[in-house]
Amino acid sequence: MRLLTHNMLSCNIKGVTNGFPLKLEADKWVTKEVDLNADFLRGVFPKIEWSALVAAARVLGFAELPEQADASMLSSNDFLRRFHHALLELHVEEGALVCPETGRKFPINKGIPNMLLHEDEV
Amino acid sequence: MWYLCVFYHRLLDYRRPEVESLAELFATEEINCETSSLVEWRLPEKHHIDSPFHFVSLPSQDIARKIANRSLLVKGIYELWGQGTDYEELEKAIKEYPEDRKLLYLTEDSTFKIVVDSFGKVISSEEQNERIQGLTYIPFKGRVNLKKPDHKFWLMETDDYGSNNGLPPVVQKTIFFGREVGAANRSLLPTYQLKSRKYLGPTAMDAEMAFLMANQGHAGPGKLVYDPFVGTGSILVAAAHFGAMTMGADIDIRVVRDGRGPNCNVWTNFEQYNLSEPVGLLRADNNLPPWRPGLKEMFDAIICDPPYGVRAGGRKSGGRKLLKGAVGPYTVPDTKREGHIPSTAPYSLAECVHDLLDLSAKMLVMGGRLVYFYPVSREDGVMNSVKYPEHPCFKLISSCEQILSSRYSRHLLTMVKVGVYTKEMEEVARERHRGFKENHAKWLEEGNLHSAVFESNEGSKLDRDSKPKYRGKYV
Repeated sequence: MRLLTHNMLSCNIKGVTNGFPLKLEADKWVTKEVDLNADFLRGVFPKIEWSALVAAARVLGFAELPEQADASMLSSNDFLRRFHHALLELHVEEGALVCPETGRKFPINKGIPNMLLHEDEV
Repeated sequence: MWYLCVFYHRLLDYRRPEVESLAELFATEEINCETSSLVEWRLPEKHHIDSPFHFVSLPSQDIARKIANRSLLVKGIYELWGQGTDYEELEKAIKEYPEDRKLLYLTEDSTFKIVVDSFGKVISSEEQNERIQGLTYIPFKGRVNLKKPDHKFWLMETDDYGSNNGLPPVVQKTIFFGREVGAANRSLLPTYQLKSRKYLGPTAMDAEMAFLMANQGHAGPGKLVYDPFVGTGSILVAAAHFGAMTMGADIDIRVVRDGRGPNCNVWTNFEQYNLSEPVGLLRADNNLPPWRPGLKEMFDAIICDPPYGVRAGGRKSGGRKLLKGAVGPYTVPDTKREGHIPSTAPYSLAECVHDLLDLSAKMLVMGGRLVYFYPVSREDGVMNSVKYPEHPCFKLISSCEQILSSRYSRHLLTMVKVGVYTKEMEEVARERHRGFKENHAKWLEEGNLHSAVFESNEGSKLDRDSKPKYRGKYV
């Protein structure tokens, strides 16, 4: 699971109102190189919850993202490279996503987060 | 400018929409290009709509070439130098074609090749040579190069055959002569064909169709394409081939996570072709998508083949509770929560399509494309005109029928997001969602194409003998 996916997901158990961001627990992660596409990064930037991305990247030992970011930074190649690395190249293989409200764990195995709810959570 | 567009005689309904789709894709890449009335069509005189020969008006030669190169169903796009019902007429037409258009491609320092082609008949190589020799009235000055010519000229013949041999009726013999502007590259089909694919599922999308879907969805570099019913990833493979980033979800965890082992799963299907792997694969339920509230306009295209219950039925979460109805909701005991495998309930087509449209309305960028298959029972489709799903955010721009059996066909629908997803729409969607849950049994019944396809023949409204001999859409 890339952090792009993490940034898009929340806990959707019935009744949960603060299901985002899911706390990332990572047991195993790898770096997978992806071609950098600046247009894509510029387009996706406004849709990213920045603080959630920063926190998740820290869990994976990547602390090179600024606390705050705004669109003007997108003109810097250095910023784009870091943003790209955090968003698309860090890949969580094993771990879990934990709901901040209920503590429900959504497991990540073989890189696939399992977001399916149990019968009594629908 | 007008060109001669020659199609392969396949998937007849899909041919014009593909060209239109690609024209829009390439035209928007160029500045100063009007996208309204981009493409115009004409048929040669006395040709049937299913004829492979069409005239098409495109904004520029460059766009024409790009369309032909990326298209799967265009055999070639040609600058027409002349046409006629016999060779005298053709000669006259070619001689009348403006000199300045011709001489550009007949210069001494260029190489050329003439190809003789036919539709609905065979021309022997002796006859082909004769035909080429007959073209001496064109002042070719360059040298012949059969392997890598600078310019390729095509002489194409089609006869007036009857309507009983499975080909579209052409009333008049026509000969076309033109210069090739661009030609299709179907060589990617053998590379991607399903039988060479490592990891396959029972409903993996045929490679040609997957590429057509990716073309309809404008897949390309810098775009994010999502498939909510990803399965073995066959649609995303096509999107990734055109350079798009891909993301997929499926409710069946065995398919997305495990595959058939470490060397045979969704990831390896991308590795196999040296494509960049999906940026996200997850297990999620399209009925209850786990996207965070407020997230919208993430995807440039959503391309999918929803489960319609003929070869594989859809599932959604919340099984037992709904199935048993009267029995109280099932609660998972705390000791069994870890590793619990939730049961799932059947997912009717009506609900599935509703969810898909709502998800797309929210998650597609403005101008983004939703491309999906919609099944139609042919008894309805033939008797009445088909009613496609509608949504206030979307404009349907093309529907292409592919007949699968005498009972049902699937229509590839391409919809463009033209309206913003508003709070009111979200509210209406939530209401509908609740309605589906409460009328579970009803929707399952109404969305059940399976029974229409597999019920016994008796009482069928379709009379086999009444069908016309020529059935183009089976091609």
